[in-house]
Amino acid sequence: MTGIGAGLLLHTETGTGLLMQTGIGVGLILQLGLGALAVVTALLAAPSVRSRAGGILSTLIAVTGFVTGLAAMLGSTGGLVIPIALPMDPLVLAPDRLGGLFMLIVSGVGILVSLYSMSSTRGPDASRTAWVAMPVFLVGMQLVPAATDSVSFLLAWEVMTLGSTVLLLADHASRASVASAGIWYSAMSQLSFFFILAGFAVLAAASGGTSFINLQAIEPGSAAANVAFVLFLLGFGGKAELVPLHVWVPRVLPEAPSHVSAAMSGAMVKIGVYGGLLVCVRLLPDGPAWWGIAIMLVGGASALYGILQASVSSDLKVLLAYSTTENMGLVFLGLGASMLLRGYDATAAADAALVAALLLAVSHAAFKSTLFLGAGAIIHATGERNLDRLGGLGSRMPVTAAAFGIASLGAAAIPVTSGFVAEWMLLQSLIHGGRQDGAVVSVAASVAMPLAVAVIALTAGLALLTFVKAYGIAFLARPRSPEAADSREVPYLMRISLILGALAVLALGLLPGPIAALVATTVSRDPASAVQAVGLGGVSLPGIGAVLDPIMLVVLSALVAIPVLVAIIISARRYPHRTVDLPWGGGGSRARPRMQYTATSYAEPLMRVFDDVLKPSRDVQVTHVAESRYLVERVRVEQTVSDVIEIRLYRPVLNLFQRYGVVVRHVANGSIHRYLSYSFVALLIVLIVVSL
Amino acid sequence: MNATDVSAIVIALVQVVLFVLLAPVLIGVIRQVRARIEGRAGAGIWQPWRDLRKLLAKNPVRGIDSSWMLRVGPVALVVSSLILCVLLPLVGTIGFTLVPSDLFVIVSIMLIGVVALALVGLDGGTAFGGMGSSRHMTVAALVEPTLLLSVYAFSIPAGTSTLSAIVETRMLSPELIISPVSVLALVALSIAIMAETARLPIDNPGTHLEVTMLHEAMTLEASGRDLAWLEVGSWLKLAVLLGLVSNLIVPWGVVTDFSVLGLLIGVVTITVKVLLLGVLLSVGEIFLAKARLFQVPELLAGSFALAFLAVTASYLVA
Repeated sequence: MTGIGAGLLLHTETGTGLLMQTGIGVGLILQLGLGALAVVTALLAAPSVRSRAGGILSTLIAVTGFVTGLAAMLGSTGGLVIPIALPMDPLVLAPDRLGGLFMLIVSGVGILVSLYSMSSTRGPDASRTAWVAMPVFLVGMQLVPAATDSVSFLLAWEVMTLGSTVLLLADHASRASVASAGIWYSAMSQLSFFFILAGFAVLAAASGGTSFINLQAIEPGSAAANVAFVLFLLGFGGKAELVPLHVWVPRVLPEAPSHVSAAMSGAMVKIGVYGGLLVCVRLLPDGPAWWGIAIMLVGGASALYGILQASVSSDLKVLLAYSTTENMGLVFLGLGASMLLRGYDATAAADAALVAALLLAVSHAAFKSTLFLGAGAIIHATGERNLDRLGGLGSRMPVTAAAFGIASLGAAAIPVTSGFVAEWMLLQSLIHGGRQDGAVVSVAASVAMPLAVAVIALTAGLALLTFVKAYGIAFLARPRSPEAADSREVPYLMRISLILGALAVLALGLLPGPIAALVATTVSRDPASAVQAVGLGGVSLPGIGAVLDPIMLVVLSALVAIPVLVAIIISARRYPHRTVDLPWGGGGSRARPRMQYTATSYAEPLMRVFDDVLKPSRDVQVTHVAESRYLVERVRVEQTVSDVIEIRLYRPVLNLFQRYGVVVRHVANGSIHRYLSYSFVALLIVLIVVSL
Repeated sequence: MNATDVSAIVIALVQVVLFVLLAPVLIGVIRQVRARIEGRAGAGIWQPWRDLRKLLAKNPVRGIDSSWMLRVGPVALVVSSLILCVLLPLVGTIGFTLVPSDLFVIVSIMLIGVVALALVGLDGGTAFGGMGSSRHMTVAALVEPTLLLSVYAFSIPAGTSTLSAIVETRMLSPELIISPVSVLALVALSIAIMAETARLPIDNPGTHLEVTMLHEAMTLEASGRDLAWLEVGSWLKLAVLLGLVSNLIVPWGVVTDFSVLGLLIGVVTITVKVLLLGVLLSVGEIFLAKARLFQVPELLAGSFALAFLAVTASYLVA
């Protein structure tokens, strides 16, 4: 036990020591202790063993968090009480079931990332600073869902943000884009933090306390609650990458080292979701109808905008980053729908929508961290993240290809992966939400539900295209660059982590019943009537009357596949295949790898369809042969898609600040006389005001 | 295992066998009708069967750079279409209790085939394959909202998204079939299915012309049994979707209570319905030209509007 942990132990024993005795308290202390140990180790360890030691300790932190979270989700109570001298409620870390679920998600991603980072980090990614920040980041993320009062929540939140910012900046010296990403990230994180702080401040002022129990006493329809709701939506929406606060995502996630992007997208973003749930389910449940509609609007807009940007992106990590916005949009869409439906007493559909939102969050943690780790493996092997220069990696990196493929299926919501079950449940709750006992619940719901279904359907369709593009262009066909042609499979620890992630995607998809039933206990007042497990791991929604058993689906597919396979085996015995250089030469017999479709050309039809939304800028330069204008020597096409929201919404504000900055420079020109006179004027004004 | 499960298994088995036999004939009929109307003799309705026999008895030729996807993709497409045969209410509405013919499950299974085909198109590493794959996925992405919303509209009167329950409801209360909501949804669904199965006016199944190709471009690099599976998979998909539409329009004849006689009637009626719809499709396609690729989104947007109208109308009017 190191200094910090022992100190906490002491405090707790002198304070309200009873909570400490439970397993949860021990787990939390252990996490803090391991975190401190990891920081010290990172500071002291030699560079050769730093990654190994840091990775092992980070894995231990994550495993501890996983066990603690699981215990909390299963209903164990207890935690840590940290008395403070300030005149407010003590800091209490005691995760409830919902908090436990999110600790589980965060630390599950933490395990994958820690294992991976042991062998993936090199150069600046493995610096002392980076390995100090890693445990801080992990512990911070795990403590946010454990907090039961606003002060410890905000403290843990800032620890998490600090850790992630430092990790992001690991490679700032060699790449200018990292520095710019760091500024965007810090600014947007602090903006989020400001909104959350303001939200808690409003609630605390209205309730007279800082602990969540005090805050719960506030009437959800009151003015204070409404103001706080908007502030929280802005704050947590920023962390959860929702439109229009997502602008940091396409800069930060691609620039961070891949294991950090995986942790940010897989885990940290979920903390934003947890914040949303904390407000809408725990602190201010049963809010007015417009809350639900507002969240649905923000969620739907994020889902569509995110996937549109992802589908036309050729940078693998930008694509994954925007797709995170899409997935979080769907989570919030589910949350909003459940709030709206609960307002109309459609309890069964509301519960199903909420559980679906949580399942989406869980499955997103699994598939998106696997995808980011897979992208990291591609970068590790080729140094490229531009899809237009990849290709043919499937035969060169089979494990990465398989893991990335399974995770892509999850992201595209194809059976039998986790993403499919979650989206299925969300759609079921939506189509059953508009009516109850044959009567229409409300006009708002009967317009909102079909619109939401349409948004999810379009999102799912575009996600399909996006991930077919990502997988097909990167792993199939022929290599488009020498780097891709020379790629090799990554080291075994990275492979293990990828395999674990892919297995999680499959397991969550094959056994949705028990998992959904467990998840339902964290939010539902009557979990058994919301979700039940049936058959071989299947899921049933009793209030809606929908059943799905993925394992039975697999069995059915296996049965119908048998005759096909028999026919193939017989045919293959008699007529073995021949391998030739280029069998049919579709598109010309002298086809070169450069003539293949690239990611950019793959998304071109879509770009044309959504031209008005995406507003791409295209530049075509044709060089003619000197002798004749009709012969072309070369054509150079350049196309960039910029973030419309960033240009329209953020640029004007930034320009305003820039101009303000230029003006202010004249006022503060470095002259000490001028500064002294400013202080004098300020003092005068204060004295005048006081004397009035 | 109780009686329902046994009858579900029997019906599933019958559906699979029937549609595997029927799908090539359906394609043969569609092509033959078209040929006759155009004044050609045509190859006869058994030609697709002969094509299949020929393809399965050839040595497939594969490129060095092609991966396992060229082998597995076509099989995945066939299996996904076969599962559609098992799950959809074609001969009978008695389904498995644990895997009902749920709308969203059906659509997702169809998407497995869509993805498999798109990946096979990319795997060859040629310009044509990529082009077909890209267009195919763009259309698939844009069709998805129409597809889901139109069946959502059907699901509202039945109170469930299970297709067999929807067919049963329409059989019990036939006035639903000719209600405006149902007609709107049916038109939208038909357009979506035309797009999903690469028929006119979205794609021209009878051409290898570069500017018009969608489906054919993806199968160019496949040969022998790889090509055979791709063809069978696509034909099966067309056949079962036509079967679904015909059962939504004319639900009678479908087996709801299991009996051998009922099963026979079910088999005969669905065969007649699918073939008739095939003839209608073929005749209809004579009068259609392929829409320009970039007009397809407009067509799909129009069908989406119809489907959306159908859903909201059935909430607010009914």
